[in-house]
Amino acid sequence: MTEKQKQNLIRIVITSVIMIALNFIEVDGMFRFTLYIIPYFIIGHDILIKAVKGVKNRQPFDENLLMAIATLGAIALALYRSGDYVEAIAVMLFYQIGEWFQSYAVGKSRKDIADLMDIAPDYANMENGDGQLEQVDPDDVEIGSVIVVKPGERVPIDGIVMEGHSTLNTAALTGESLPRDVEPGKEIISGSINLTGLLKVRTTKEFGESTASKILELIEDAGSRKSKSEEFITKFARVYTPIVVWAAIALAVLPPVALTVMDSEPMWGEWLYRALTFLIISCPCALVISIPLSFFAGLGAASRHGILVKGSNYMETLSETKTVVFDKTGTLTKGTFSVVAIHPEKLDENQLLHLAAHVERYSSHPIALSLLEAYPNEKDDCLVENTEEIAGRGIRANINGDVVCVGNYRMMEDLGVEWKPCEHTGTIVHVAINGEYEGHIVVSDTPKPHSKEAIKALKAQGIRETVMLTGDAKAVADVVAAELGLDQVRSDLLPQDKVSEVEKLLAGKRSEDEALAFVGDGINDAPVLSRADIGIAMGAMGSDAAIEAADVVLMDDDPFKIATAIRVSRKCLRIVKENIWFAIGIKVLVLVAGALGFASMWAAIFADVGVAVLAILNAMRCMYISN
Amino acid sequence: MKKTYKIDVDCANCAAKMEDAANKVDGVKAASVNFMALKMKVEFEDGVEPNDVMKNVLADCRKVEPDCEIFFE
Repeated sequence: MTEKQKQNLIRIVITSVIMIALNFIEVDGMFRFTLYIIPYFIIGHDILIKAVKGVKNRQPFDENLLMAIATLGAIALALYRSGDYVEAIAVMLFYQIGEWFQSYAVGKSRKDIADLMDIAPDYANMENGDGQLEQVDPDDVEIGSVIVVKPGERVPIDGIVMEGHSTLNTAALTGESLPRDVEPGKEIISGSINLTGLLKVRTTKEFGESTASKILELIEDAGSRKSKSEEFITKFARVYTPIVVWAAIALAVLPPVALTVMDSEPMWGEWLYRALTFLIISCPCALVISIPLSFFAGLGAASRHGILVKGSNYMETLSETKTVVFDKTGTLTKGTFSVVAIHPEKLDENQLLHLAAHVERYSSHPIALSLLEAYPNEKDDCLVENTEEIAGRGIRANINGDVVCVGNYRMMEDLGVEWKPCEHTGTIVHVAINGEYEGHIVVSDTPKPHSKEAIKALKAQGIRETVMLTGDAKAVADVVAAELGLDQVRSDLLPQDKVSEVEKLLAGKRSEDEALAFVGDGINDAPVLSRADIGIAMGAMGSDAAIEAADVVLMDDDPFKIATAIRVSRKCLRIVKENIWFAIGIKVLVLVAGALGFASMWAAIFADVGVAVLAILNAMRCMYISN
Repeated sequence: MKKTYKIDVDCANCAAKMEDAANKVDGVKAASVNFMALKMKVEFEDGVEPNDVMKNVLADCRKVEPDCEIFFE
């Protein structure tokens, strides 16, 4: 609680106590008036002062002025008629309670969200001349300095590990609770928590440019990009108050005049009372506060899951997604080849792999790398000589005196060797030893562990179309698409073809309110990312280019997070819409009831304060969106 | 030149009024107020001195919202 909030709370309590006490005192007339004026001024003096300032600065539709008029008017009426000042003071009291709660709730949400995002520590450890550790301001650490991160501490600045072995918890950044092992030479990013071992890290960035700081900046900035809902509220608020005030004036004047003309009792007092009730409901505070709060809370909740949404408008569009288009390599698949099957003719599987790996020893082709990865002990005692690469065919080498050829079917045909095809889809690497066919090895790009579940989850959420775009051959693409359960697949695409495919899909949308999301790994998908309604970049840990190009950034590379992102955005938007309907609905109802004489000032103040309080509480629900 | 300032303001409506007022000040190309983060981003016209402009921004904002604060220099 701030100082101002404490003071206001004291004023509220004192006023309430006085009001209760005065209830038991039997007084009349001027004495009664004087006694009741005291709590009125205690609780209302700042509103009255602000009202006067508002008039001086020509801000006539200031809510302070309207509250002042409403309550002073009510006191005047009470003075003239009933002597019941309680209502007028209660209105002011409840108004202040409402304002207080708003201020408290907003402050608390800001703090809660800030705590949620407390991923950047405010100190770094450096060794000084004596070898002692001292804590310094992370802003002062230059690139290339060595900092020390003790177990249990958060990494303050991006860098490369110089010394030490440990495991890191990256949950705050990615939402993933699986720890990562690090050792010298590995890059680590700020915001992760060092779990087990002491680490000495050479920094590669400045504090302000490190991942954690950039993420925080991104989230803060995200609040500046207004969604359509927020813009609607701003426009609404601008016209709502003037309309209600003019309606109040009309209500105070027209009916009594009409009644007089019709020779009836004008009832000025009654209509004035109703008009004053209008003034109380004239503030759109509930809406204006709760909507930005909902989005802010939603953005914070999403980042907890490692989903960075770069603006409230993107959160909105994300919730309207009905079509998701995926890039294949690197997005739905791992992007690296691995050995999938080994089909030898006579040899043992391991022996075939062994020889093939030797032949590929000096190659850096992705296929060679996959073979070498599958056979880690390649550097053994075998004699590997005369390695020769034959362009467009493969590689030939002498292994322990045998001529071993590893390549595609064309190489086999050149050798006059009869090769066998394979039912597995993927790249087939044939092996011939001394002119005889010895079998083949199938190498392919494997889907990521959660890709299939991701597609299933999206379908369950009501995503109508899941589409995969790839530059790969049709055969491979179709197999992957079938395995993952995608609705459509387009293969053999050049980069510019991807853009036109997305345009075709966009043209096929059923309505303007549907959104098309494209998911890629960032850098080389930039044109498609910007063409789609929502561009989602994956595996962005540390990749500045991806963060720049996309609207939504997933910190790790699990496609399942896309479903989570859509779920978070939908809940957030649902809460926003609930608040809009609730706030406007109740206000209109009470306005109508007030005009017809069915609502007292008590009802009016509830419509104002109660609605605001409920809307704020509802908005804070956006923070608690679970997996 | 763009700068971001820490601000203090009590209600979202007032923040919106501050944004409108700031945008009308001479020397301000574009201003945007982020109520939730309590930050004001100002893009200045070329050749103006930010602090001088911000003094006017604060004065105009005080007219619409007497309780507001903008922390600069």
